[in-house]
Amino acid sequence: MGQALHDLWYGFGVALVPNHLMWSVFGVLLGNLIGVLPGMGALTAISMLLPLTYVLAPIPAILMLAGIFYGSMYGGAIGAILLNLPSHPPHAVTCIDGYPMTQQGRGGAALGVTMMSSFFAASVGILIMIFLSPWLEAAALNFGPTEISAIMLLGLLAGATMSRGSPLKGVAMTIFGLFIGTVGTDVISGTQRYTLGISELSDGIDLAALSLGLFGIADFLVTINRKVIKASDAKVGMRDMRPTRAELKRSFFPMLRGTAVGCLFGAMPGTGPTITTFIAYALERKVAKDPTRFGRGAIEGVAAPEAAAHSKTQMDFIPTMSLGIPGDAVMALLLGALIIKGIQPGPQMISEHPDIFWGLVASFWIGNVLLIVLNVPLIGVWVRMLQVPYRLLYPAALFFICIGVYSTHNSLIDVVEVAAFGVVGAIFLALDFPIAPIVLGYVLGPMIEENFRRALLLSRGTLSVYLTHPIAAWIIGACVLLIAAQVLSYARRTKTPRAIVAETLIVD
Amino acid sequence: MTPLRAFNKDRVGAALLILMGAAIVAQGLTYKMGELTRMGAGFIPVMLGIALMLVGIAISVTAEPGGFGTAQSRPSEWRGWLCVLGGVMAFAVLGALAGLVPATLLSVFIAAMGDRANSVRDSAILAVGVTGVGVLVFVYGLRMPFPLFILS
Repeated sequence: MGQALHDLWYGFGVALVPNHLMWSVFGVLLGNLIGVLPGMGALTAISMLLPLTYVLAPIPAILMLAGIFYGSMYGGAIGAILLNLPSHPPHAVTCIDGYPMTQQGRGGAALGVTMMSSFFAASVGILIMIFLSPWLEAAALNFGPTEISAIMLLGLLAGATMSRGSPLKGVAMTIFGLFIGTVGTDVISGTQRYTLGISELSDGIDLAALSLGLFGIADFLVTINRKVIKASDAKVGMRDMRPTRAELKRSFFPMLRGTAVGCLFGAMPGTGPTITTFIAYALERKVAKDPTRFGRGAIEGVAAPEAAAHSKTQMDFIPTMSLGIPGDAVMALLLGALIIKGIQPGPQMISEHPDIFWGLVASFWIGNVLLIVLNVPLIGVWVRMLQVPYRLLYPAALFFICIGVYSTHNSLIDVVEVAAFGVVGAIFLALDFPIAPIVLGYVLGPMIEENFRRALLLSRGTLSVYLTHPIAAWIIGACVLLIAAQVLSYARRTKTPRAIVAETLIVD
Repeated sequence: MTPLRAFNKDRVGAALLILMGAAIVAQGLTYKMGELTRMGAGFIPVMLGIALMLVGIAISVTAEPGGFGTAQSRPSEWRGWLCVLGGVMAFAVLGALAGLVPATLLSVFIAAMGDRANSVRDSAILAVGVTGVGVLVFVYGLRMPFPLFILS
């Protein structure tokens, strides 16, 4: 643990290098801005700025992307509380008590509590990393290609089955994503796969084009002329944001409980932040002395889910960085960005790239401080941003998407790819298929294939090597359990946890 | 009432998956398959294609009732869809043929016209505004190698 503390200190040093700090600030600011804008999410934001990271060095790149991520969580909370409009699904729960608080004039206090929850969660996250990392480093030594491919499979399965909608559809989308990953030149044999003779495709499909098409354009196609995204008239000033002492006291334990829920679920690959916030909220209601207060502006209903969301965000990075399994699409994008830079996230990343790992951990804390510093005076600006009508926003966003994608390879074929995936994404959405697993499959596909081939090469073609290696065997066992649980729940037609929790919320 | 009402959503999705899987397998078999120890380029894609078809069959078997005509269905937004996609394609085509400024102007304009609440004037003003910001940020600020105008 002493080593971990030492590394953390080093990480702070890395994160505070002026150049790195500048990109962190940029990311956090941008993320916050995009999180506030109605109709835009963290996914679109990160996809749009992904091309920019191609020209940055790995450390500022990942710091900026991470900053965008939790910056957008802040922005999303603002939208949820003031507008009853979550631009990011996890904040849906925050609306339930946050918006009534705004209607009662206590919106500012809700925002203040959100900030504190986030700060608290970030600090806890750092502590956990300090304690966890020696164990992770030890585990790293035992991870060979067999174990790596096995755990990636587990991550894919978890991501596929726990995403929105039917698990079968999630699996189908993951497979589709894996397939998209094979398009291009095969690394080992040099054959061109599925490129249809188009030479630009020999490098494969660009990650930014894929995600911007699937999440950006597809979202426009689904939203246009349909959803009414209202602008807000709320006016919130700096002084409104201080919660009263009573409110502070009431939020303390919910904050703790929410953080605990977030940490627990954050470490599990495949669970999204949405279900985490649902569970935190449901827990608060169960534990509360007077549950009828919920839904009418109970500050516990804001503190707990927000703490859960923010700590889950922090915790999401752990399996992504240390094991290479992304918990959701956003993590998959971050993972993809690192891979493009030539850094292989996985068990060996902590020892091979301690500057990135610990710099990232330190930047969470710094980022949260930055967010508090920025949000307090800027809250008026954000509120005004909330008033930009969607009909003006999306054409501008479309332009940024196009030019962002163009900037990666100076190739307009990439822009065509965006349109194509926009159509694909919209079709899948209309058929009730979740599109996030596509990105997961795409990012992990090539790595799984490489490790799988290597594992078989080393074992000379015997598949049983997955059972003879103890760690791999355990992981395969977990996969089997996961599949069995899905089959069982289908056979019994029991509802998914999300439905159960949702019912708990609706039934008073 | 669209004729799509008759089709079960899940079955359509399943059919799509089976078709895709078949196409992937068909193309994948033209690459070398190899064996488990020395996998050729086609091995994994073919496996994926087969898996996709199997999942498609599973979905059609476990299909929940619910066609496109259910309460959740929404009317087709051809204007919006064509304008959004048209905007992207306009950028791609004009960017290559005419340069950044015409590409941005037209793509933003077309995309904005997709929304029924946008008048021609609104869309035009937005297009000019975004072009201005875009040129400033990307060409002068970030020095992106994108010609403003291509006059051949």
